[in-house]
This record gives sequence, structure tokens and C-alpha cells, in this order.
Amino acid sequence: MRHADRAYRYVTTVASGSALLFLLMIVIVLAVKSYPSIVVNGLKFFTGITWNPSLNGELIRVNGVPTLQGATYGAGVFLFGTLVSSAIAMLLGVPAGIGIALFLTQVAPQRVSRMVSFLVELLAGIPSVVYGFWGLVVLLPLLLQVIEPAMASLFFWVPGLNGQPYGAGLLGSGIILSLMIVPIVASISRDVMLQTPLELIEGGAALGLTKWEITRKIILPYAKTGVIGAVILGLGRALGEVMAVALVSGSALNALPNSLYSPINTIAAFMAESLDSAFTDPSGMYVSALFELGLLLLVITLAVNFIARLLIKQGFVSKAETVIKV
Amino acid sequence: MMPEETETVQQTRAPFPWRDKRIARNNRIRKLKWRIIAFLAVLSVIVVLYPLLDMLYLFAYKGLTLISLARLTQTTTGGTGVGNAGLANAIAGSALIIGMSSLFAVPLGVLSGIYLAEFAGERDRYAGMVRFVSDVLAGVPSIILGYAGFFVFVLYFGWGFSAVAASLTLAILMLPYILRTTDVALRKVPDSIREGAYALGSSKTDMINRLNLRIALPGIVTGILLSISISVGETAPLLYTASFSNYLPSALFHSPVGYLTYVVWTYSQLPFAQANDLAYLAAFLLMLIVVLINLVARVGMRRFMKI
Repeated sequence: MRHADRAYRYVTTVASGSALLFLLMIVIVLAVKSYPSIVVNGLKFFTGITWNPSLNGELIRVNGVPTLQGATYGAGVFLFGTLVSSAIAMLLGVPAGIGIALFLTQVAPQRVSRMVSFLVELLAGIPSVVYGFWGLVVLLPLLLQVIEPAMASLFFWVPGLNGQPYGAGLLGSGIILSLMIVPIVASISRDVMLQTPLELIEGGAALGLTKWEITRKIILPYAKTGVIGAVILGLGRALGEVMAVALVSGSALNALPNSLYSPINTIAAFMAESLDSAFTDPSGMYVSALFELGLLLLVITLAVNFIARLLIKQGFVSKAETVIKV
Repeated sequence: MMPEETETVQQTRAPFPWRDKRIARNNRIRKLKWRIIAFLAVLSVIVVLYPLLDMLYLFAYKGLTLISLARLTQTTTGGTGVGNAGLANAIAGSALIIGMSSLFAVPLGVLSGIYLAEFAGERDRYAGMVRFVSDVLAGVPSIILGYAGFFVFVLYFGWGFSAVAASLTLAILMLPYILRTTDVALRKVPDSIREGAYALGSSKTDMINRLNLRIALPGIVTGILLSISISVGETAPLLYTASFSNYLPSALFHSPVGYLTYVVWTYSQLPFAQANDLAYLAAFLLMLIVVLINLVARVGMRRFMKI
């Protein structure tokens, strides 16, 4: 190998270390900064629903770590808000995304399909804070004045659906998040559905299957892995979303939602809102607790990603082949 | 021929007329199922596209009625309503931050991609780890990047709220996208080109720089453009690294910077009409930039790739 080649190889190797370095930096910062909070708050951090930094409290030491007298940090409200709003988003967004993918690949003529594809991809590119702004000025008034009262009177016998309309809250966050994950689910599902081998589809048609049967028995099993991957990617985005949720969540504190319309808060949105006020705590415990929230969020999103990888590795891929063989 | 055939078919089916009816009904149901699914598919398109079109209309309408030279050349003057003059500081700050973070992320990402596609072997463990870590990095929530950037760049390195801290943090967000697209685009270059280059006595460096990179260029540029369009719309990583400033950016260190997404985020929540107007205008500009970048990336680059 010539000198220039060796130098080139060396430079690119070093550059590719930057990704490792950045991830290492993030993990170390989160671990180091959240350590005091982990020591002091322990398991109560995950189960408690009271987040009270007690900024007027006296400076004391617990297990040798400085904190304020009477401060309690429970992430329960944020954890609940994050998980439930993402669950609602999946509930609304995944069927819509798969429906759009079916429309693009099976229903629409090519011209319409191309136009709708472009619009859906545009949806993916819109900044999240713009989603939040639209939610604030269009969606929330609509929810407060029309949708939530209608739902509450229609489902007056269902607990959780018969609460007081509020506007900013769980339902609004779920809807905004679902709009943000639809393009991810739709465009990846479309791509994998288009990859279904044509001879399988033709074989199905030759056997006299209807379009739905071809979709159900051939295309969907073939695309399953990709669709699951897309869904999990969308979940990852919903869990970590900040600005859109922060504008429409109602920023609940110290109270779990008692209906679908109640205000909530999510880990990511609360982190974005609170770091500057956290510096008024002289013990540094507030800041540390926020970093522990970050660590919790990182663990959740990484776990979601690992599960996606495992599912894909376990090989749903062979499913399409078995269907054909039988 | 034909009438005879139908006759024989009818003959064979004659003993069980009810079976025919059942099959016909069954077939109707089977076809109806697809009709229902197709209807639901169309419905989901309408349900999703309605908010999108409403969003586009709202911000395009507001933006076009509000846009003026004054609002583009004067700066914000705090949130008190009266003096919320313009977005010049936010536009300049956004451009500065995006430009600088591209300056960090593009060389790092492209060089990493070159290593992965051209130098690493098939079973290179280090390369596998880099690909894995870059996927993980792409999945890290942006507010966590903001926290890490705040602690490391703003506090630990002591750069304060600054353009440098903000753009390094954004660069972490951009890196995985650029790295991945470079890797993929280079690996799509056919091996026959590499073999041809070697056969003509080219060095590896020349082969990569003069052939492979040129062939892969549209793919790489598309990746860079898309990563820029993502970072234009980011707020969370900048909140605690750039902070915000009502003045035009003047220094790279120890000097907070304004940016467009922050205007949308805070001014949309203020109870002053003039502040809200600036938020609408900023949202319009953001959407315009993102749509333009996406158009250039998808349409323009597709044309290049064909040649």
C-alpha cells in the first residue's frame, strides 16, 4: 500500500471513531450527572408522582450527597405521560400509516400514488415545533370545543372517557404524536411492500385470490419485518419528542391524568422546560434529577431499538416462504 | 366450441345447484372485503392529509400576509409585545448554527462513510461497531443531546451559551445521517469500476477521490441536505447550548445566539398579537426552508443520478 493510501486509511479510521466518542460522551455525562440523584432518590424516583424540589428547604446531606430538606423527586407522572401518549400515538398512527402504505401500493393509480407519497414525505420533514404550534392554535380549540365534549357525552358510561374536556392534554399529545409517526410508518411500509417478489403476487392472482387475499396472505407476511421495524422507529420518535408535546400537553405536575383529556407531561418535554429553573437549587439535586430523567429516557429508547433489532433478527422473514410452500 | 363447453360445465354442476349459489355469495363477500379495506385505506389518507394541508395553508397564508422587509431586517426585542420588530437575529443565528454544524458534521460523516465502505473489510469488527453506534446515536432523543452538549460544551469546556457549543451539539445529531448515506452510496458503486481503476494502475486514494466519490456524490449530497433539513427544524438541542439572543450574532464563544425554532416555541405562547405574528412568520420560513431542501434533495438529485 502506498503512503497516501495508508494516510487516507488512517484519517478515515480516526474520523469514524467520532461516532463512538460522541455516544461515549453522552452516556458518561448522563451517568455522572445523575449519580447523586440515583443515590438519594433510589427506587422512589420511578414510582413516586410528586416532583417537589423544595427550593426553600435547608441544605442537608443524605448518604453524603447534598440535597435540600423536603425535596422529593418522583418521575411517575412523566413516565406515565411518555408511555401513554406514545401508546395512543401508536394506536392511531400505525393503522393510518399502514392504511396509507396500502393506498400507495395497492389502491391508487401511479400518478396519485406519487403525489400522495410526496405529501407524506413532506409531513416527515415539518419541524416538530411547527406541529406543536399548529396543535396549539388549531387542534386544541377543536378538541376543547367540539371533539372532547362530543366524546364525553357519547361515552358517558366509560371511565376515562367521560372526564372534563380540557384541550391541552393526553388526547391532543397523542394525536400530534400520531401525525408525526405516520410518515415514518407509511413510507417504510410502502418501500417493503413494493419489494414483494412479483411472481408471488402473480401466483396468488393465478390461484384466483382477491386483492385483499393477496395483500393479507402474501404482501403483509412478506413485509412484516419491515413494517415492525418502521413501527418501532416511530415509537422511538414518539417517546423522545419534545417541542410538539411541550406545546400541547398542558404541562401537568404532581398529578396523574384522570381521563383521556387531562393534562399530562412527558420526560422529554419536562426536561426541555425545566433545566434553567433547576439551577436555582444550590444543592444541585434538581439538575441531577433531570439528568436521571434523561438517563431513564435513553434507557427506554435504546431498549425499544434493541427489541426491534431482536425481532428482526429472529426472522419473521421466512414467514412469506412458508405461506407459499403450504 | 364455446357453447358446448358451457353446456358441459352446467351439466357437471347441475346436481348441486345450492353449491353454486354458495360459491357465488362467498365470492361476493371476498370481493367486498377488499372494497372495505380499500375504503379504509382511502379514509386514512384523507384523515392524515387533511391536517397536513391545513397546516400548509395556515402557515403559508399567515406567512405571506405577514412577510415584510422590516420583519426580515429588524431584530426581536424581547417578549413584551410592543417592540417585537423582526426576525433578522433568528435568521442569521439559524444560518450561522447550521453552517457551522455542517462544517463539523460533513467532513466527519463523509470520512467515516469512506472508511466503512472502502477501507473496512466485510467482517471488520470495528466497522460493525461504528455502524451500530451510529444507529444508536440516530435514536438518541434530541433533548438528551442538548443536555450532554450543555454539560460538556457550555459548562465543562467553559464556552458558555455560544454558536460553537450549539453547532457541535447539532453536529452530533447530523453525523449518523451523513455517515450512513455516504456508506450506502459508496457501496452502491459497482466493483467493476474499482477493478477497472486498479487495472489502470490507480492508487486506492485516487480511485476513491476521482471515481467512487464522484459516482456516489448525488447520494451523499442528498444525505447531507436531508440532515441539514432535519437540523433546521430542531429546537431541543439548542435550548441550553445556544440559549437565545435578541441581537445579531457577534462572536462564536460566550455569546448566546437566536434561532428560528426558538421564536416559534416561545412567541407562540405569549399573549401578544405581535409576538404571535413573529411566531407565524418564523414557522412559515422554517416550513419554506424544509420544503425547498426536500424538493432539491429528492427531485434535483434524482435527475443527477440518472445521468
